[in-house]
Amino acid sequence: MGPGPSIACAVTLNSALTAGQQKLYQNPRVIQRLLRETRTIAIVGLSTDPQRASWFVGNYLKNEGYRIIPVNPKADEIMGEKCYPSLAAIPEPVDLVDIFRPAAEATAIAREAVAVRAKALWLQLKLVNIEAAEIAARAGLDVVLDRCVKMEHGRYFGRLHWGGMNTEIICARKARLR
Amino acid sequence: MSTSSDNRSFGFETRMVHAGHVPDAVTGARAVPIYQTTSFVFEDAEQAAQLFELKQYGNIYTRISNPTTAVFEERMASLEGATGAVATASGMAAQLVTFLTLLEPGDEIVASSQLYGGSITQLVHTLRKFNLPVRFVDPCNIDEWEAAITPKTRALYGETIGNPRGAILDIERIAALAASRGIPLIVDSTMATPALCRPIDYGATLVVHSATKFIGGHGTTLGGVLLDSGKFDFSRFPTIAAPSPAYHNLRFYDTFGHYAFLMKARAETVRDTGACLSPFNAFLLIQGLETLSLRMERQTQSALAVAKFLEGHASVAWVAYAGLPSHPDHALAKKYLPKGPGAVFSFGIKARAGEDVRARGRKFIESLQLFSHLANIGDVRSLVIHPASTTHQQLSDAELAKGGVGADLIRLSIGLENVEDLLWDLDQALLAQSR
Repeated sequence: MGPGPSIACAVTLNSALTAGQQKLYQNPRVIQRLLRETRTIAIVGLSTDPQRASWFVGNYLKNEGYRIIPVNPKADEIMGEKCYPSLAAIPEPVDLVDIFRPAAEATAIAREAVAVRAKALWLQLKLVNIEAAEIAARAGLDVVLDRCVKMEHGRYFGRLHWGGMNTEIICARKARLR
Repeated sequence: MSTSSDNRSFGFETRMVHAGHVPDAVTGARAVPIYQTTSFVFEDAEQAAQLFELKQYGNIYTRISNPTTAVFEERMASLEGATGAVATASGMAAQLVTFLTLLEPGDEIVASSQLYGGSITQLVHTLRKFNLPVRFVDPCNIDEWEAAITPKTRALYGETIGNPRGAILDIERIAALAASRGIPLIVDSTMATPALCRPIDYGATLVVHSATKFIGGHGTTLGGVLLDSGKFDFSRFPTIAAPSPAYHNLRFYDTFGHYAFLMKARAETVRDTGACLSPFNAFLLIQGLETLSLRMERQTQSALAVAKFLEGHASVAWVAYAGLPSHPDHALAKKYLPKGPGAVFSFGIKARAGEDVRARGRKFIESLQLFSHLANIGDVRSLVIHPASTTHQQLSDAELAKGGVGADLIRLSIGLENVEDLLWDLDQALLAQSR
């Protein structure tokens, strides 16, 4: 029961954004392209505690084959990956910056993401900072707000469905083997 | 109409037949396959450990999740506008799992007094063993709801269409009251189904169903389902937000956000009570869902025709169907159930002074030729029962009176038979009992 050929209903459930903001910052096409094209994800605020949401997400994404780079000034290594104090300190290109910090900090992180030439900025579920979104969008980054990378990956790759969750994916075409 | 495929919001009937099931990549099977298996092979020891810790999505054991059951769950969630669903062995199980997930000993429930008799016994007797006291209120009286709420109240509970007198829950008002107190409103929407009313659209937090009734629709299958709007802030509910000792102090609300309640219900309550749905039953319920709106519309139309016929019949004392202007909740029914308030309603047979009205009811039921006398509702076949001597017989006279069930009350569930044939059958049985 994998994904259909990238066709999904508008996913409007569980969002704090207005309809207009959803169009800009929760676009299913953009989310699917990011999940498909992204290789390296810097997770800002990745916790060392395996029972925290950020750890669940990082661990899941690593299992799915993404390269995870933890950004956390208080740790040296998380999930066996070297940890950096800031985005600027990462010595390799980053595709997607995923933020697990309070929304107010996202403005500064967005500027850093632009500076390191990341391709996309993603604020996790319940995090909304329009200023940060606009800074990144103006610099040409794809932006997602108030969504969970793990949930979205699970939505489009058939995993979330196994838990009885409403993926809003409706399609009569045969799913593709990954 | 939008032509872009990524922002189309598909209609109800499309969801009935498609939601939750994409033909799989290997076989392309069009119908939903039945995964009749207890358990699922792990990829390796690491993946097994991660599944048990809820760190990966995946199937372990059918008591927790199953791919056929998942189609039923997602389809129900799609139809109700919910964020997700957990299927259970029956409607009673759905209700119990909801309460056991949400509440701790000492928490209180405020519930409508017009509930299915089995729900009342579960609330009064079974939940008492868990120290979960319940206060019953007249569902139509918002002041009674408000007055019954105490600082310990953690849930409000009612039925969209009350059983068996057809009281209509003013969902919007009661949901607003619940929201003002930070309490979830739980709605049993068995009699309406999402084809007639979607309680989440009016502010309900949780919805439960006996899928055994109209959802399955053919009287073949027991099942239940609980659904979460995903909109309620559970951060002040220790049962959902506090560290879970069963999962190394995992904080479900922090970690799973709007999926937290359902994850708890599945990974703790259903896992530990074993109240799961079987995959074969899930398949049968999916078959039912695929024709849900067609059946509900026709059965509701026929119910209105039958109710009108009975209201005008010389042998009938009263008819309680919110689709009739004579019902006190007719205006609420028009608001919440514009296609009609379902296909179940009750009526009373006229009796002369001093006459045993139970005997008349018995003779009426025994004279019917097309209505099946049994304890169910929501079949494609028309059904009849006398609740005072069956479904509600364990209630005291006071409980019966509070639930609006008199000794004369006969409940009908209207099926898909030719409506003229149903009227013929009722007419001849009413004549037989009057002799």
